[in-house]
Amino acid sequence: MQPTDLVDQQNLRDDVPDFAAGDTLKVHVRVVEGNRQRVQLFEGVVIKRQGSGVRETFTVRKLSFGVGVERTFPVHSPIIDRIEVATRGDVRRAKLYYLRDRVGKRAKVKEKREF
Amino acid sequence: MANKAIVGEKVGMTQVWDEDNRVLPVTVLRIRPNRVVQVKTTERDGYSALQVTVGRKDADKLTRPEAGHFAAGGVEAGERLVELRLDDVDGYEVGQEITVESLAEQARVDVTSVSKGKGFAGAMKRHGFSGQRASHGAHKVHRKPGAVGQCATPSRVFKGKRLPGRMGNRRTTMLNLEVVQADAERELLLVRGSVPGPRGATVLIRDAVKGG
Repeated sequence: MQPTDLVDQQNLRDDVPDFAAGDTLKVHVRVVEGNRQRVQLFEGVVIKRQGSGVRETFTVRKLSFGVGVERTFPVHSPIIDRIEVATRGDVRRAKLYYLRDRVGKRAKVKEKREF
Repeated sequence: MANKAIVGEKVGMTQVWDEDNRVLPVTVLRIRPNRVVQVKTTERDGYSALQVTVGRKDADKLTRPEAGHFAAGGVEAGERLVELRLDDVDGYEVGQEITVESLAEQARVDVTSVSKGKGFAGAMKRHGFSGQRASHGAHKVHRKPGAVGQCATPSRVFKGKRLPGRMGNRRTTMLNLEVVQADAERELLLVRGSVPGPRGATVLIRDAVKGG
């Protein structure tokens, strides 16, 4: 237990699903445009999850018009409306940086098969 | 000088979200109620200040002089005695409790504490010197300060020349720290940014003397 847990406890979200690197997520992000607010979808593969407690973050990578885009979110960020796990990935590493150097079919993450 | 002051303890750093959902780095300070043990006035003591104590200390752990000092004010003995220099001590009396609520409407505060000791530090760490080159014939001089003066005139090193030496472990004040939250129930004060000293350090908090 950290001494600052007293403060951190109330800033933690309790609706974060269980996910890890390799999973494909649909992150619903709240976007403020002027005085209007809407929810934007960011869908892609989780390539890393790091940190702990309120400081924990995860990075989602997707291809946007052929260009790789990565976005890092704090897990407990209030700008996240909700997180949906689309598929579970079958990967052997915690950090999937190798996906950055791959294109096409090789850049795909195998889906986990449950027996 | 300050109008309000209080003594607390550094708990540690963390982060909170601000109203625009951005990350705000904060230092958590625990402020237990301060009990006034003695009021020092300009007439009697030559300066005005409050002597306060926090927490509890067992009677058998007190020295006779300490016990007598607490008894004189009729105040329950605390862990330590701290003096808070104030402009005006009118309205304060012995035995009174000061809590974190007194800083609740304060937008900015100054925080004073003893910084972490770094020991004998070189010129690069202590004064931010650039050091010397890593290669091209540099021999065992990579982190040395270099030349410290001139030649036969003046044939001495000027006073105040920045050189290696003891670093840290000094009374340090951070001015104008923004108050993020004053939580009276849990006796916590959250200020934006860092505060000198290790976790558990005693910190003095006063209203910002230089204004925002």
